[in-house]
Amino acid sequence: MKLPIYLDYSATTPVDPRVAQKMIPYLTEYFGNPASRSHAFGWKAEEAVEEARAHVAALINADPKEIVWTSGATEGNNLAIKGAANFHKTKGKHIITQKTEHKAVLDTCRELERHGFEVTYLDVESNGIVDLRKFEAAIRPDTILVSIMMVNNEIGVIQPVWEIGEICRAKGIVFHCDAVQGGGRIEIDMQKLKADLLTITAHKMYGPKGIGALYVRRKPRVRIEAQIHGGGHERGFRSGTLPTHQIVGFGEAARLAKLEMATDSERVRALRDKLWNAIKDMEEVYVNGDMKRRIPHNLNVSFNFVEGESLIMAVKDIAVSSGSACTSASLEPSYVLRALGRNDELAHSSIRITLGRFTTGEEVTYAADLIRRKVSKLRELSPLWEMYKDGVDLNSVQWAAH
Amino acid sequence: MAYSDKVIDHYENPRNVGSFEKGDQSVGTGMVGAPACGDVMKLQIKVGADGRIEDARFKTYGCGSAIASSSLVTEWVKGKTLDEAATIKNTHIAEELSLPPVKIHCSILAEDAIKAAIDDYRKKHGVEPEAAADRKKVA
Repeated sequence: MKLPIYLDYSATTPVDPRVAQKMIPYLTEYFGNPASRSHAFGWKAEEAVEEARAHVAALINADPKEIVWTSGATEGNNLAIKGAANFHKTKGKHIITQKTEHKAVLDTCRELERHGFEVTYLDVESNGIVDLRKFEAAIRPDTILVSIMMVNNEIGVIQPVWEIGEICRAKGIVFHCDAVQGGGRIEIDMQKLKADLLTITAHKMYGPKGIGALYVRRKPRVRIEAQIHGGGHERGFRSGTLPTHQIVGFGEAARLAKLEMATDSERVRALRDKLWNAIKDMEEVYVNGDMKRRIPHNLNVSFNFVEGESLIMAVKDIAVSSGSACTSASLEPSYVLRALGRNDELAHSSIRITLGRFTTGEEVTYAADLIRRKVSKLRELSPLWEMYKDGVDLNSVQWAAH
Repeated sequence: MAYSDKVIDHYENPRNVGSFEKGDQSVGTGMVGAPACGDVMKLQIKVGADGRIEDARFKTYGCGSAIASSSLVTEWVKGKTLDEAATIKNTHIAEELSLPPVKIHCSILAEDAIKAAIDDYRKKHGVEPEAAADRKKVA
């Protein structure tokens, strides 16, 4: 077993060696510009791009013509949200999203607010999931766009995007779904999911970084405004020379994901459950987010009275991430956990463990043992743990905030 | 975040972890910070008959730098008089541990913890602490 062990598959995944092999010839040998129509170099590259487009479309049961290449999820979300809002701004100026979206959605909405749009940021329930009645109640006559993610990046809960799609379709509202954490991990069928726009990216499904796709529905057709202008690539939706090797990698990653998703998911779910079963009997341990309506590879746990950043430092043989934003120079705990109504101690005490295709049972056993030992060690260091053990109610203490 | 070797050393081998009996007349206890901010430090000093700090203990809830800062000051205060210990500044701690700017608050907290412990000790012995007025006491 090699250390450190990678358990941060929601941040990014390694490129599958089969994907890397497929990409290499498109860097050195078939390097043509897919937009070059005048020679065989261009034709060869274009053929590879279109083959990849078919694979990505097949992964989500869409038409290849509905796939627009982007540089990744952030650009995809920007193109979808700004593109739809700006195209439909004469119809209305109201947008609905939710508080636990990724920053690529939240910050894009904030930017639109600066340009005169009004945005409703829906609360989520304590299990991390949006309440459909509250969602429906937020819809206004001038609502033009809804953006709700499929799978939350921190806590892995699955939002009711299928129901939200039906509601939006019935009311004629454009529905964008950020499916970055779901793509290649859970089944997405665009014949069943009534999203008009859907963002996915390669590097969360064992493809390379720097390439993503925006699904843009043709039936019924959704209209968006381009955000990057130039040579009119991607039928005018997104200009810029296509990175053939990246696209080939995305295509192969999507092809493999479609083939292996069912077996991969079950294997990873068993490992995730094994990990949780190995730590859940500890005192004051809480799972963040609904455990059933959740992607199989995610575990987000709060170890009460232990600070998340020091825990991550203590378990440096496993690569995990903090739910807490401490490391980014902010003292604010995770906004996602706060949206769940978690108190400060629990929000500061969380770690996100995400498993994937190359995680082994041996690694999970090692991780669980390491976490148990280090949590106990840090609790011995923790004045809060000592107070808890002495029966002090921490909420009754008047803290000197700094 | 890349930590300095000294932070990692204190974090992995923290000095003087533990607690003294709070009610002991020779013990001063300082607790500073708040769970909401992600840092709580408890520092205790044991003062000998000669007025010098003969021993110290800490417990800290917080990041690696907070743990290292409090571990370091338990070493520094030993052998010092209360007045000497009160001269320890956060800048000394930050310098010794090479704390990056985002972690300076950890050293400030450690300085506050020393002062709070000294105040508590003095209060027990009927000396009105100088700095206690502007600091909220932790129950």
